[in-house]
Amino acid sequence: MSDNIIEVRSLVKTFGGNEVLKGVDFTVRKGDVTCIIGASGSGKSTLLRCINMLETPTGGEILFHGEDIMQRKSSVPEYRTRVGMVFQNFNLFYNMTALKNCMVGTRKVLKKDKATSLKIALDYLEKVGMSPFINARPRQLSGGQQQRVAIARALAMEPEVLLFDEPTSALDPQMVGEVLAVIRKLADEGWTMIIVTHEMAFARDVSNHVVYMQDGIICEEGTPEQIFQNPQKQETKEFLARFMAG
Amino acid sequence: MSAPTTFIERIVFILENRGMSMLQGAGNTLLIAFVSTVIGCIIGFIVGIIMTIPLDKRDNIFKRIILRVVRLILHVYIEVFRGTPMMVQAMFIYYGSIMVFNIHMPFMIAAFFIVSINTGAYMAETVRGGILSIDPGQSEGAKAIGMTHVQSMTYVISPQALRNIMPQIGNNLIINIKDTCVLSVISVVELMFASRAVAGAYLMYFETYTITMVMYLAMTLFFSRLLRYFEKKMDGNKSYDLATHDTLAHTSGMVSYREEKRQ
Repeated sequence: MSDNIIEVRSLVKTFGGNEVLKGVDFTVRKGDVTCIIGASGSGKSTLLRCINMLETPTGGEILFHGEDIMQRKSSVPEYRTRVGMVFQNFNLFYNMTALKNCMVGTRKVLKKDKATSLKIALDYLEKVGMSPFINARPRQLSGGQQQRVAIARALAMEPEVLLFDEPTSALDPQMVGEVLAVIRKLADEGWTMIIVTHEMAFARDVSNHVVYMQDGIICEEGTPEQIFQNPQKQETKEFLARFMAG
Repeated sequence: MSAPTTFIERIVFILENRGMSMLQGAGNTLLIAFVSTVIGCIIGFIVGIIMTIPLDKRDNIFKRIILRVVRLILHVYIEVFRGTPMMVQAMFIYYGSIMVFNIHMPFMIAAFFIVSINTGAYMAETVRGGILSIDPGQSEGAKAIGMTHVQSMTYVISPQALRNIMPQIGNNLIINIKDTCVLSVISVVELMFASRAVAGAYLMYFETYTITMVMYLAMTLFFSRLLRYFEKKMDGNKSYDLATHDTLAHTSGMVSYREEKRQ
């Protein structure tokens, strides 16, 4: 129990009359790399956005170190500093350079002093291979570069869990590799991550836990070997057949 | 001294005798327009930001009621000041404060007050539009690193909204330079008031207002250029320095490039 960072219990999310999540349960332990796969519209992104409280769940609970995050509503911003998020569209702050993007969180939210925050930002920008571009503004960078800065920005907060919402879906094919390489490196370093992705080969290689979602529920979950080599459910087999064929 | 006869002579005559008083009027016009636009922008930002605070069903009832009441008042403010002529507002406020509160406002103070709140009403809507024009992803990005609404407004949204509404701020400044002329109805000595006095004194209407036209045009042209320059400044450099030097320095634990640059 103690090393369970996030436990999702019968999570329900409806948009108007549309039920997107119909009772989802899963657990993330420290050091886990969980990949969530599934067709578009199956609720993967909504699940991730609920975990970061960007969407308010309609029902169920999300426990962070055993504490329901919806009960501690007043400190949602504080909770978010411990759960980083990387978006499909990067969402870098356009009014700041790459360096400032990575410093603003530690400076203004965590209230660290300038020297510390500069050092943290430079460290993580180097980790993602973006140190040459610290003076560039987001619009001057390619998609892959922007996404790497966005990863550094999330890392700079030194969160306990990192959420990736389709981090490569908005990228040109030749830029996908550089971003996946960075995420792979983070996995090797032992960061706890939840990754929503359509990159099946990547999910198979990098994760130790794969969740297959369909129509708002978890259809099947297990180790990458179980899911990719020996799926039990018919739906999972069909989904993988469609994806692996290409 | 013989009376001036030609158009040019008359203009020179006016400039020699009353040029300074017209320039003083122009100075007042600029002062009122500039200060009021700045104050108006501040009012606009405050009102615009209050208008865009998200209301959540889970917020406590007290906060929701206060916010709704404040918004209602601000709506009334915006509609009243956008919906009535500034000349009428000037008379209403100036004479109203004498009649009702027995306050005799100095003319300039009255001018700053009236033009500021008038600009504020327009700017509030402009700022609201500016904030709505920012991609929601920006505020999600801010939320995701734990920023509160106020922090994301301060560091992320407002600076971008400000850049986007710069052309509109320029518009407002230019409109204010021209529209301060209506303040002559409450005897504020701006350019229009000065011109009227000069024209009346010499009975040279065409010549006087030719000078007035040129003065207004010079002021508006100057500010529209200046604002363009500021916009360029805000956009920052078109290119950026590669800090490759820094990468090497940083990995080998030497003094980093930026610190070096600071010294």
